[in-house]
Amino acid sequence: MSELLQFLFSGVTVGAVYALVALGFTIIYNASDVVNFAQGEFVMLGGMITFAAHAAGLPLPLAAISAIVLTAALGVGMNKLAIEPARGAPVVSLIIITIGASIFIQGAAQIIFGKQIHSYPAFSGDTPIGVAGATILPQSLWVIGGAVAVFIALWLFFTRTLLGRAVLATSNNRLAAQLVGINTNFVMTLSFALSAGIGALAGVLATPITLTAYNVGIAFALKGFAGAMLGGMGNPKGALVGGFAIGLIEALTAGYLSSTYKDAAAFVVILAVLFFMPQGLFGRKSTDRV
Amino acid sequence: MLTVEGLRSRYGRIEVLHGIDLQVNSGEIVTVVGANGAGKTTLLRCLSGVQPVSGGTVTFRGDQITTLAAWRRPARGLTQSPEGRQIFTNLSVEENLRLGAYGFADDRVDRDMEDAFQMFPILREKRNLSAGGLSGGQQQMLAMARALMGRPSCLLLDEPSMGLAPIIVSQIFDTVRGLKDLGVTVLLVEQNAFGALKIADRGYVMETGRIIMEGAAETLIADPRIREAYLGI
Ligand SMILES: Nc1ncnc2c1ncn2[C@@H]1O[C@H](COP(=O)(O)OP(=O)(O)OP(=O)(O)O)[C@@H](O)[C@H]1O
Ligand SMILES: [Mg+2]
Repeated sequence: MSELLQFLFSGVTVGAVYALVALGFTIIYNASDVVNFAQGEFVMLGGMITFAAHAAGLPLPLAAISAIVLTAALGVGMNKLAIEPARGAPVVSLIIITIGASIFIQGAAQIIFGKQIHSYPAFSGDTPIGVAGATILPQSLWVIGGAVAVFIALWLFFTRTLLGRAVLATSNNRLAAQLVGINTNFVMTLSFALSAGIGALAGVLATPITLTAYNVGIAFALKGFAGAMLGGMGNPKGALVGGFAIGLIEALTAGYLSSTYKDAAAFVVILAVLFFMPQGLFGRKSTDRV
Repeated sequence: MLTVEGLRSRYGRIEVLHGIDLQVNSGEIVTVVGANGAGKTTLLRCLSGVQPVSGGTVTFRGDQITTLAAWRRPARGLTQSPEGRQIFTNLSVEENLRLGAYGFADDRVDRDMEDAFQMFPILREKRNLSAGGLSGGQQQMLAMARALMGRPSCLLLDEPSMGLAPIIVSQIFDTVRGLKDLGVTVLLVEQNAFGALKIADRGYVMETGRIIMEGAAETLIADPRIREAYLGI
């Protein structure tokens, strides 16, 4: 029983990271139909920049904030330099551009930060909290809380603010969005900034537990992508649930089968979703009549 | 109000507007009629700034807006109800209307929405439903109402009658006619030349990217060439 609880704790912790990555996917997908495979690199940068800034003497909170801001700025730059100039190209081309950006960011990170594995102290110490025979790290609570807070903030943004609806409108019908006076380029810029910032936050929160290195991005991207697919691409609620589900599946696979298979779990989920439920758990029902 | 001079536009290397001259005066309903593929939609896309202009100028209320970004035009008083309605299908009817007034955040937004519901009562009934589930006629009403939410001094209307049952078409044309009394200037593009000319003050006839005729609506309706080519009489 306590063993199961232990696996669940670790599943929820990584699941929260995947949920944040999946939310990042969701935002850019909603604004542009593009699946941004550089999303995992934002996670890596969040951890890496925090590490570097902290090592350079900045207090941890300040280092974390600067990592989020810098990564968001990089997301904006990526949109301006790589995505916006290719507007009008088929979505597949744009997705390939994001893969290119991902490889580029990874290469640059390797040069700037080196090949070593990095980390920094947990925010609230390393003393595990005991719960019913199992333990959870305080940093896990930070990660889980971060995912839930980001989800609530996004939900409010999309359902309660005019700007949030403008983002949804832009994804639904770009032409009509322009015709009602929405600056669709700004919406794209905003989406990349938000998405990159959220990815960086995931890295900032997770690194004390997962550690970081220049090449951790791909795994985050694939698992976050699996979560987003499972939940239904484009649906924030789906991203949250899907991300947690992937984390749990992974932890239970590692716990009860073998940790050799844990990475395969995400791929099995992607394939199963593609085969049996292409819309995902919360996929949009198509109500378009025309 | 709106002056178009020598307007040219192209898709890739193929020019489809070969120098359009057109004038819309304040308070008028002006219609551009023409067959399938004449370039009417392209003209309106240029006026709204969502289609590049390769020559000529567009002047609106005294300002040159030829290259003004599309998203800045509604705030100048120029909005469009586009061909094919282009409503936001996954948002509710009310959200569609609210986005029509995207540039505004004052009390008038609520009053305008009330007016829109008065004009199209069916939209009030369906206000919380997804716009994608509306019938074709209802979607057309929503597209027009959304464009009116932007407080246009000049409304561009692209084929509001397309694909609708005759009874709905006449209802839509009546509504357009009524806009005149509300002080909205209208540029109406139609394949349904007869219906459009009946409610318009003046008309232009467009053929393969050129204006080939212009005049008072009643003159055009009475013209034998027009009657034969466009009115099927
Ligand atoms: N996206 C496009 N790419 C290439 N050519 C286009 C495109 N859209 C329209 N055209 C061409 O431009 C010309 C004018 O088209 P446009 O849609 O402006 O005509 P229209 O008068 O609005 O026709 P309709 O009455 O059918 O709506 C046509 O020859 C059409 O084939
Ligand atoms: Mg047309």
